[in-house]
Amino acid sequence: MGNLATREAYGLALKDLGDRNKNVVVLDADLSKSTKTNVFAKAHPDRFFNVGIAEQNLMGVAAGLAAAGKIPFASTFAMFATGRAFEQVRNSICYPQLNVKIAATHAGLTVGEDGASHQSIEDIAIMRVLPNMTVIVPADATETKQAIDFAAEYHGPVYIRLGRAAVPDIFGEAYEFRIGKAALLTEGTDVTIIACGVMVAPARHAAEQLISQGISARVLDMASIKPIDKEAIIAAAHDTGAIVTCEEHSIIGGLGSAVAEVLVENAPVPLERLGVMDTFGESGTPGDLLKKYNLTEEAIVAAVKKVVSRKNA
Amino acid sequence: MTQKLTQQQLTELAGHAKSIRGNIIRMVTEAKSGHPGGSLSAADILTVLYFAEMKVDPAKPKDADRDRFVLSKGHAAPVLYATLAEKGYLPKEELLTLRKINSRLQGHPEMKNVPGVDMSTGSLGQGLSAANGMALAGKLDARDYRVYALLGDGELEEGQVWEAAMFAPHYKLDNLTAFVDFNGLQIDGPISEVMSPLPIPEKWQAFGWNVIVIDGHDYNAIYDAIQTAKTVKDKPTMIVAKTIKGKGVCQMENRAEWHGKAPSREECATFLAALEAMDD
Repeated sequence: MGNLATREAYGLALKDLGDRNKNVVVLDADLSKSTKTNVFAKAHPDRFFNVGIAEQNLMGVAAGLAAAGKIPFASTFAMFATGRAFEQVRNSICYPQLNVKIAATHAGLTVGEDGASHQSIEDIAIMRVLPNMTVIVPADATETKQAIDFAAEYHGPVYIRLGRAAVPDIFGEAYEFRIGKAALLTEGTDVTIIACGVMVAPARHAAEQLISQGISARVLDMASIKPIDKEAIIAAAHDTGAIVTCEEHSIIGGLGSAVAEVLVENAPVPLERLGVMDTFGESGTPGDLLKKYNLTEEAIVAAVKKVVSRKNA
Repeated sequence: MTQKLTQQQLTELAGHAKSIRGNIIRMVTEAKSGHPGGSLSAADILTVLYFAEMKVDPAKPKDADRDRFVLSKGHAAPVLYATLAEKGYLPKEELLTLRKINSRLQGHPEMKNVPGVDMSTGSLGQGLSAANGMALAGKLDARDYRVYALLGDGELEEGQVWEAAMFAPHYKLDNLTAFVDFNGLQIDGPISEVMSPLPIPEKWQAFGWNVIVIDGHDYNAIYDAIQTAKTVKDKPTMIVAKTIKGKGVCQMENRAEWHGKAPSREECATFLAALEAMDD
């Protein structure tokens, strides 16, 4: 699709989904131009509802629509969807297992200039902990579209984490997203890099760079954070003996934690986790932020070298 | 034009309400915890809804065209379960499993496993939003069901209630009728002392609702307000029902301490006797 932000891909996918499925309705909380639900709103104005700046009601209305048989997609920034409305997501959506899709944009540091108040670095952790919740972090436009289509077909709550900044294409049109399955991007034997979202592209570049340094790195895109692909993680541990995770999220509770949980119970091998180190972000360009917070190709290369030396120690 | 129930209907409703109140006291006593006061205050509203108004069939609890009821003040679960049992959704014996391990009668209503429970509630402030969504779905699908919600007066202190209050008139949800169980008491005392949500009718009017103030223990008044709400176009209706917490048991009436306390077995017997002696 060509270097689209996943939120842009979401808007297009949602509009297409709405063309095909008349049961899909979309709710937004005064951010439709940013979340790109305005693309759906323009095509299907009768099935788009702005709730205003009221995220708790956003989730509750979505729950009621789902209880009456609709397939609601509720969108706002990740900060507000999972933070402001956490308890509504828990008690009105996950506990009764209602068929609500929460597609949250502007996740992570790459929100950029708006700063720490709007940079959700906790959302994967707090959605992952909820029973009945499915959590997906797509890496590019193709994977986003497929995740949206999956969410509409699947019955139950789904959280889809989307970004503001443009990301390079990872997948070709033949790609097939499967829930609970990692996507193998690069085969390797010495170490496995497991990434999600905006960190997938630098992970792949890091693997390319490592070849010249004599390290063969497997790269997995773990868009399906919950359910996570235990088999792929255990296989990676057995095959490569060392793992690096990278995510644009707090080091606590996200992808790295989910992978660590699987490893420690099944196949303990050296693990290095890259993420935001238990600190808030700040204003800056997405590129400057990723550099400052050590979420780069170079940081991944360094983490790989460290984990490989631990493995060989 | 006032719409009245027949004398026979009134007698039947009084019988159902008395049975529901008795079961509330029995089940909370047996559970050794729960919320009798706000269950008893809402008993007459649920009785009129389920036995004189709502288009529901216990044999088809998931029917797409049924009327819906959301107990936003979910801690009054005993009145909902007792009403559903009275209506035939649940065996009455099962009521005594309330709050016990492996029972489907959770301390607060849970929709997945209990037929007739239209929304899981319990965390205050969330029910009206869900009712909004159900009413909106009814409009989208051109179904003629109606959605009812019951809120507590203390619950009005929750901010989400006012988000939901804005939404329903904005989308002209005239298929939605809500009640405030205005019994004046919350856990820590009178609502006016803890954190006043007063004046209640004026707030809902200002948010764009059709507002009707009634005596929430007068079957004719409840029934008439529901009928009036059905004639109002483009606006949801809020029925502010003035009630007595603990209504029906003179020893519990208007006492905040009975918000969330179970009677002892001795008290239970006394209260059931008091209920029996209550004028219909």
